[in-house]
Amino acid sequence: MHEMTITRSLVDITLEEAGKANATKVTSVSIVLGEMSGAVDQSVEFYFELMTRDTIAEGAKINFRKVPNRAKCRKCGNIFKPGGIFWECDKCHSMEMEIISGRELYVESIEVD
Amino acid sequence: MEIKVLRNILDANDQMAEQNRTLLAGKKIMMVNVWASPGAGKTTLMLRTAEALKDKARMAVIEGDVASSIDTVKLMESGVTAIQINTDGGCHLDAGMIHTALLNLPLDELDIIFIENVGNLICPGEFDLGEYKKIIIASTPEGEDKPHKYPLMFTIANACVINKMDLMPYVNFDIDSFTRTVTGMNQGVEMFPISGTRGHGIDKWADWVLKNLVKYRINRA
Ligand SMILES: Nc1nc2c(ncn2[C@@H]2O[C@H](COP(=O)(O)OP(=O)(O)O)[C@@H](O)[C@H]2O)c(=O)[nH]1
Ligand SMILES: [Mg+2]
Ligand SMILES: [Zn+2]
Repeated sequence: MHEMTITRSLVDITLEEAGKANATKVTSVSIVLGEMSGAVDQSVEFYFELMTRDTIAEGAKINFRKVPNRAKCRKCGNIFKPGGIFWECDKCHSMEMEIISGRELYVESIEVD
Repeated sequence: MEIKVLRNILDANDQMAEQNRTLLAGKKIMMVNVWASPGAGKTTLMLRTAEALKDKARMAVIEGDVASSIDTVKLMESGVTAIQINTDGGCHLDAGMIHTALLNLPLDELDIIFIENVGNLICPGEFDLGEYKKIIIASTPEGEDKPHKYPLMFTIANACVINKMDLMPYVNFDIDSFTRTVTGMNQGVEMFPISGTRGHGIDKWADWVLKNLVKYRINRA
């Protein structure tokens, strides 16, 4: 898994944004993870703690906002949650869909002093 | 105080991918990122593609491998320009590694670069490498449930190659169900059933590659 790479980038973005705001301390970081992105929370937390030692983000908490997979049926317009072996519309059973969420992987905000 | 950030976590990678894209556009080289599980047939497809494109386009392969250079040697022995990236256990290639590989390839003598990504159906999907097209290979012995287990990569690939069609009589692979699932979750995807070892279906696949090379160049003329 690529949590180490993700966390490295997360720490870089956090410190860069905190620096731009002349912050002296980062207290939390909020990230948005789609269901399809494979990152494991505990693993990100573990690397984050290691990589922020002796920086202004040391001790900051990570808030994970999870976004479920969502799809819009191309036949009937129904919005449903595909997953597991069910990649079809739960109303009309069409398998034609447009994925509308689940791929997110971004930093939403940081909380600083 | 809250600071709104709204930045893709991998934006450093994305910026490097854009640099690769610009570099390749300047040289009119189309780059294709190839994804699959280990053993699905990536190297075999590269060898077959090189045969089919001989006299039509000049290609090179960037080989991403966890630790060996067996595939690179195999390609070079067949006369294919190839360069090795070892990820030292890493589960994916990133745009920076590709940048270094590009600078070590004879870019003035190439039309197409394929990237044989690390055999993995999860991580490579998050990393833009600067490619023009992404393709995914699934092979019949793997079963037809791969898109359900690894939806990210199947929903964003531009083409899906179904390899090892010669094994259909021996494996439980429901090709109709597989095709419906993949084309349902990914509207633009094109499907190519092939047998890499026997060469079946390679002509259609090679046509798709060449058609995209033409499109790529028209868009950049
Ligand atoms: N039966 C059969 N075997 C294949 C086919 N394509 C590849 N293989 C075999 O599958 C194994 C893995 O292939 P390779 O191209 O090295 O896969 P990679 O790990 O994705 O690069 C090799 O033993 C190939 O000979 C095919 O179409 N049919
Ligand atoms: Mg290989
Ligand atoms: Zn429907």
